[in-house]
Amino acid sequence: MSTMSIISYQEAARQAVAEEMRRDKRVWALGEDLGRGGVFGQYKGLVEEFGPERIADTPISEATIMGASVGAALVGTRPVVEMRFADFALCAVDEMVNQAAKARFMFGGQARVPMVIRQPSGMWRSSAAQHSQSLEAWYTHIPGLVVAAPYTPADNKGLLKSAIRCDDPVIYIEHKANWDLEGEVPDDDDYLVPLGPARLAREGADITLVTWSKMVGEAEQAALLAAEQGIDIEIIDLRTLWPWDQEMVFASVAKTKRLMVVHEAVQVGGFGAEIAATVAEHMAHVLVAPIRRLGAPRAPISYAKPLEDLLRITPEKIVALASEQMAV
Amino acid sequence: MSRQATSTDGHNIDRDRLVDLYRTMRRIRAFEEAAEKASITGQVGGAVHLSIGQEAIAAGVCANLRQTDQITTTHRGHGHCIAKGTDPGAMMLELFGKEGGTCGGKGGSMHIADFEVGMLGANGVVAAGLPIAVGAAHGAKLMGEDRVVVCFFGDGAINRGPFMEALNWATVFKLSVLFVCEQNGFASTTHSDAVTGGGGANARAESLGLEAHTVDGNDVAAVDALVADLIPRIRGGSGPMFLSANTYRLKGHTSMDPALYRDQDQAAAQWDVDPLIRAADELRRLGLADSDLAAIDSAATGEMSRVSEAADAADTPALEHAFADIQDVGAPVWEAQS
Repeated sequence: MSTMSIISYQEAARQAVAEEMRRDKRVWALGEDLGRGGVFGQYKGLVEEFGPERIADTPISEATIMGASVGAALVGTRPVVEMRFADFALCAVDEMVNQAAKARFMFGGQARVPMVIRQPSGMWRSSAAQHSQSLEAWYTHIPGLVVAAPYTPADNKGLLKSAIRCDDPVIYIEHKANWDLEGEVPDDDDYLVPLGPARLAREGADITLVTWSKMVGEAEQAALLAAEQGIDIEIIDLRTLWPWDQEMVFASVAKTKRLMVVHEAVQVGGFGAEIAATVAEHMAHVLVAPIRRLGAPRAPISYAKPLEDLLRITPEKIVALASEQMAV
Repeated sequence: MSRQATSTDGHNIDRDRLVDLYRTMRRIRAFEEAAEKASITGQVGGAVHLSIGQEAIAAGVCANLRQTDQITTTHRGHGHCIAKGTDPGAMMLELFGKEGGTCGGKGGSMHIADFEVGMLGANGVVAAGLPIAVGAAHGAKLMGEDRVVVCFFGDGAINRGPFMEALNWATVFKLSVLFVCEQNGFASTTHSDAVTGGGGANARAESLGLEAHTVDGNDVAAVDALVADLIPRIRGGSGPMFLSANTYRLKGHTSMDPALYRDQDQAAAQWDVDPLIRAADELRRLGLADSDLAAIDSAATGEMSRVSEAADAADTPALEHAFADIQDVGAPVWEAQS
């Protein structure tokens, strides 16, 4: 059995990149400020080991960071693209959506686009409307893209390694408020978490709660509070949003007969709607209560803390919704 | 550092080489005419952007590339593909949306690619090929390969942000890229001059640290001579270079566009400086017989009429290809309809 270490979410990702770069010389990383460790320190020490060609400091040119990565991937390298903040990836949407996602298909399978697009997301330190967004749902809509959003340090290592080894473009969403989150992570250089399968974060009998990224933590706190009220919540950490683990969700809903979907992103058009609709289409007959979604109000994220807090999904809000579901 | 290359009259081109360049140009012209015809009849469904009038640039540039060198092109890219060595038969099948097309019929005119010959793809988004080209060159540098990447685009592309970003990137990372700006005078259906500020493409390129050249893009021998000088320097590590090739789009934006927005007399006059006519005149001056020219012309026309007929007769792709080659993880499941 492999040994484990307690490390942070950030260190787990740093190890993942370092290990994959040692394993495969075609892997390289590029983005702004990577030589100084990246804006969050997630590339710390890598330029010393791999040199400035493979840990490349780029101009603030998101479109070309992304587009050049597409070109470099088409000719056989495997770029890890750092977007710094998910919000900035919007400067490179053509390159992600029209180029990376479609090149393999449009060219009739002549080439692959193996690249990982890291997008630090979510609310963190009063960062306001252009540095706080959770836009994962947009990318689930695009054929050709894989979308992952890990919560635990172990998943951030294992999923990032799988993403780097994957031949598809992978949108890789890390939560900025998770960087310091610590957890047990296998030391094994080949520790991989496959893209696709969800993780059963907590077993429960009464309600299936599907969530991902930092909201797994809120859901776990909510489950403890709900347990005091006699409500037993089962939590599924989706980990990968496309493809998402329908099998695990369906099996859980078949057991609990209730479904809640919780995400930090705006509720309208959020990925929770897709999960809710899919379960409704296939399992409406087993449900004993309406499916409920909990996402942010459709408002830009405020700077002032009390206003920002209004948009946060909290354990209390989750518990309130769980109580409503149980009252049906 | 801008230079005007010598015109055909000013230098001696080997006749056999000019014959080869002329043949490439004539094949491109014949392909475009066949595509135009098939577009008008409806056999080709999607938009077709013809490069009629711009053949000398494709032929003159690509004649100086190795098969391992790579190019990116645009929605107006048929000529570049043919000049780089893509089989026109597969290209025409692609335009017709048929099995056996360069992309299996899934891309069409604007997404032709042929990685075997270093043709990394046309693009339906103006200026999108520039970052991809610099990335291909960046990849070559990382892998220690001495490939040169040529990036073709039009004067309409120089007003998009990725133009600036990609040129800057190529300079910063000292990449082996030749940017070729085909100055055909139009940004879609708008005169480029009317929507371009400052000193234009070369001034922008020079401001970003690139050596920039200008050539008469309707003079295939001039394009060939200049590019023959630039490519070895780029391959030798000079860093990126920029080439503005002045030309004229003899047809509209698409095959369906009569281009009534331009001065009709001026447009008609451009047919007199058609690069094919100029090259043929030069070949006659070098002693090539009219019958030899006619033989090249009819061979090209015959070839492209055969590929059109073959494309028309070919089968459409099997339906399951609509769901193939999308992604490995999370691919859609094809369920055959009964």
